[in-house]
Amino acid sequence: MASHLNVDTPGEELIPEQAAAPPKKSVQMPVGVPDYTLTSETRQVPASEPPVWPINKDLKCVGQSTERYDGAAKVTGRARYTSDVQLPGMLYAKFVDASIPHGKVVSIDTSAAEKYPGVRSVHVIQQVLGPAVLRDPKLEQVKYPVVRFAGQPVAAVAAVTPDAAEEAAKLVKVRYDAMPFVVDIDKARASDAPQVFPGPADEAGSAGGGGGPSDVPQTGNVHGPSVHRVGQVEQGFKEADVVVEGHYITQVQTHSALETHGVVADWKPEMLTVWASTQGTASVREELAGFFHIPLTQVRVITEFMGGGFGAKFGAGNPGVVAAALSRKAGAPVRLMLDREEEHLSVGNRPSSDQRLRIGAKQDGTITAIQLISYGTAGCGTGAGCSGPAANLYKSASLHTEENDVFINAGPATAMRAPGHPQGAFALEQTMDELAVKLNMDPIDLRDKTDPHPVRRVERQIVRGSDLWKSRNPTAAASPGPVKRGVGLAQSVWYRFVSMGSAAEVRVHRDGSLEVISAVQDIGSGIKTVMAQILAEQFGVPPAQVAVKIGDTNYPEGPNSGGSVTTLSLTPAVRDAAWQASQKFLADIAPALGASPGDLVLVDGEVRSQSGKMQPLSFRRAAAKMSSAQITAQAKRVPDYAPHKYLTYGGVDVAEVEVDTEVGRIRVTRVLSVHDCGRPMNPTQVISQINGGITQGMSYTLFENRLLDPEYGLMVNPDLEQYKIAGAREIPDIDVRLVEAYLGQSSTDASGIGEAAGVVSIGAAIGNAVYNAIGVRIRQTPMTPAVVLAALRTAAQRREIA
Amino acid sequence: MAKRNQHDPTSGEENPQTQSAADSARNGITRRGFLKGAGLTAAGTALLDGVHAFSSETAGNRKGVTELGPGPVPVRLHVNGAEHVVQIEPRTTLAEALRIHLGMTGTKIICDRGVCSGCTVWLDKMPVNSCMTLAVDAVGHQVTTIEGIAGEGELHPLQAAFVRHDAMQCGFCTPGMVMSCAALLERNASPSEQDVRQAVSGNLCRCGTYPKVFAATLDVAGSTRNA
Repeated sequence: MASHLNVDTPGEELIPEQAAAPPKKSVQMPVGVPDYTLTSETRQVPASEPPVWPINKDLKCVGQSTERYDGAAKVTGRARYTSDVQLPGMLYAKFVDASIPHGKVVSIDTSAAEKYPGVRSVHVIQQVLGPAVLRDPKLEQVKYPVVRFAGQPVAAVAAVTPDAAEEAAKLVKVRYDAMPFVVDIDKARASDAPQVFPGPADEAGSAGGGGGPSDVPQTGNVHGPSVHRVGQVEQGFKEADVVVEGHYITQVQTHSALETHGVVADWKPEMLTVWASTQGTASVREELAGFFHIPLTQVRVITEFMGGGFGAKFGAGNPGVVAAALSRKAGAPVRLMLDREEEHLSVGNRPSSDQRLRIGAKQDGTITAIQLISYGTAGCGTGAGCSGPAANLYKSASLHTEENDVFINAGPATAMRAPGHPQGAFALEQTMDELAVKLNMDPIDLRDKTDPHPVRRVERQIVRGSDLWKSRNPTAAASPGPVKRGVGLAQSVWYRFVSMGSAAEVRVHRDGSLEVISAVQDIGSGIKTVMAQILAEQFGVPPAQVAVKIGDTNYPEGPNSGGSVTTLSLTPAVRDAAWQASQKFLADIAPALGASPGDLVLVDGEVRSQSGKMQPLSFRRAAAKMSSAQITAQAKRVPDYAPHKYLTYGGVDVAEVEVDTEVGRIRVTRVLSVHDCGRPMNPTQVISQINGGITQGMSYTLFENRLLDPEYGLMVNPDLEQYKIAGAREIPDIDVRLVEAYLGQSSTDASGIGEAAGVVSIGAAIGNAVYNAIGVRIRQTPMTPAVVLAALRTAAQRREIA
Repeated sequence: MAKRNQHDPTSGEENPQTQSAADSARNGITRRGFLKGAGLTAAGTALLDGVHAFSSETAGNRKGVTELGPGPVPVRLHVNGAEHVVQIEPRTTLAEALRIHLGMTGTKIICDRGVCSGCTVWLDKMPVNSCMTLAVDAVGHQVTTIEGIAGEGELHPLQAAFVRHDAMQCGFCTPGMVMSCAALLERNASPSEQDVRQAVSGNLCRCGTYPKVFAATLDVAGSTRNA
């Protein structure tokens, strides 16, 4: 794995050395893409592993589009999210947020708030979570945390009604000693800029990403560079026949999950129980136990349903620890959900980028050098690196990347869906398109020459044969009239991260019902459904016969859902547990059936004898013969079978746009999205995620922008009307082609999709389509009408001069 | 039942005290009406205090207008075919009344300012943002929420189609989407895709599930046409 990536998978333990290697067996596994490259490879796997599954078309339930396990709960409103949890005597909490972007807190007077009718507890924050931390804490001797962004929580109030909490929060008097601030990345880079931190500061890589390297220099607000070199780029550029370079700028995006961050915390002397809107029940428990110095056994975290995270919801964060503190003080459960403005300001965002990218190539398309110098702001946090695509998508004789974080007085960034990659691919894939133009090569031919990935090669073949790609006019700006049509493509890359902290338990009950439990949470990607499918496949029963119980740290440990780890990490544990439980079950009932366990199989809701010695028996009737009420098996993730192979995956996205050159409006009309994710466990759910990646990526490219007022240091659009995200009328016609790509890595051979799902590549695909439409390259997001018109004007002026 | 003044939260049938207060409100405030109803129940008192303040200052000028609050007042809501009397402050939105006071948490509050349609409910089959509607303004109307568009234990054909087409991911926007699309089908049994896009143009989904929302709604429309 490229070590300089700003991706830190929660709970990840990179493949550990085996202390005492368990006995192995040799198996043949399908590898490659059916109908294109399917073959088989030999793997040495632990002897306890279940038999190898064939490809999807030969399975009954896995690989089929089984209906979402909790679909009915979601469409009827029965699904209970954290913000729906109502406990007897529950209080409602409200933060007091800093009203200035930078300054010391001189005093906090809570007396009026404490006296306000209905108020039960008030908490003053002594340690704020999220911003980078000074390497030398002695540089700041303060009573309260220094305010580094407007909206930083300072205190909180819990009261019997939401209104009382809000009114009392307004009565908390905070006196500030205001300090100079900077909210513009270019101004922050200047040597005389106000300093966000009085010395070097780092944000540790947090659960689920965010944060950046700490072993880098810091000059003023510039934290970096983090340098990565392969070979000699100077030599590479010398050897190049053609060099293309560009300056690309991307904006800050906020996650804008529909359910805001928040918890319901119920502090009791023996147990702190927390309902959390989180991507990681385990990460919330760890942070709470660590913060309050209590054992993990005294913290229980529950996430039945959660309303979207996209990378921002890991750990307890300020809402978690403050709600717990308020609950302890009040002796009552406390619900603390952020409001929409706080959600924009204080709990994460996708950092901006300012990239200068150069690529050198031979006349035949061979890349000799890639150089990327990037700056980006993660507010008062770090993690703006964006060199992942430049480092990992194409074969280059040399590579040089320098990544810099620039501190400004804004909320700290967190991981956001494929951290760094939409930014990096926006520059890289447009530069590749430019290179193709310069070399007079077809963009697909160029990539066939330089991209060694075997699955993307198949994906490009599918694109090449598609009607959409065939409809592309290779000559830019060829359509007549003011509305120009264009088609462009771009590629995505993501990495195979395995979270070894993934376990599941399977239970067979005497009434024939089955259940599977794990602490993992379903963030909307549908892991519950996939778990039910695996048990159904293994036991030969319909998925509806399986109960899935997850989202509770009382269950066996589950992965935190970030970096596309959930399905690929957890499903092998689920299958192994299901396989072991099924074998125990057959061994247990065999004597009562007068059969040998090895002769029995579970098929189509029945126990059958392979030798035909016994009449088939329904699964339920067979279960009634169990010698105990319950048979259980628990399994933990086995390391990948081939840990050094197939480390990346991705896809190819094609966009068709219409650019109105009179008003500057870009409309994305059609998208073809060709993606792989190992064995697709539930194709419909995978397609849903890709629709989402395309939509979010398009929204980022065309509309979204966190705007900070340089005079006041405040966000001017902290809502959902001025912070524009794509809606129903802007959604293109999206055609998803799923490519089954077997890797021979685990008992399910699943991979992830969340990050690679279009969000990485669609921005550049739109950029390339816009170039194809108007012959002018837009190197800046969001591509608003003003940006498009300015680019057209500049191009026209250049033509006049020439 | 006669259509009531929207600003009269008490419908009157439940007890004689509130009945008389309601009559007073309808007929203009009289000292006799006020005295008759005064001080009998906590609920009645809260209501009548407001009425009194109004009557002493502006009686006769603004016939039929009742001032309530700021304390809790009894409000009778018709939700999903059942009557509920809730004690709420007049500033309480319909969304808050449903979620906090009636425990119907299917209706979601997302933007809390009428932009995202996550809180969509029907007032007499008209979709409205319940975060922008005061609960007292729902008095006298039939409120339908996501919990009530199908019978107990049943799915509305559109809900079933949402499940069939996987028209959801995290599910947080789903109740609002269903309410908007079902309202469309109530007024137009054969919508085009453009009609569906228009109907949910105010419904935000951050997971990006729109294509399947369109497909699910058109699927139901198709089956309605074929039936």
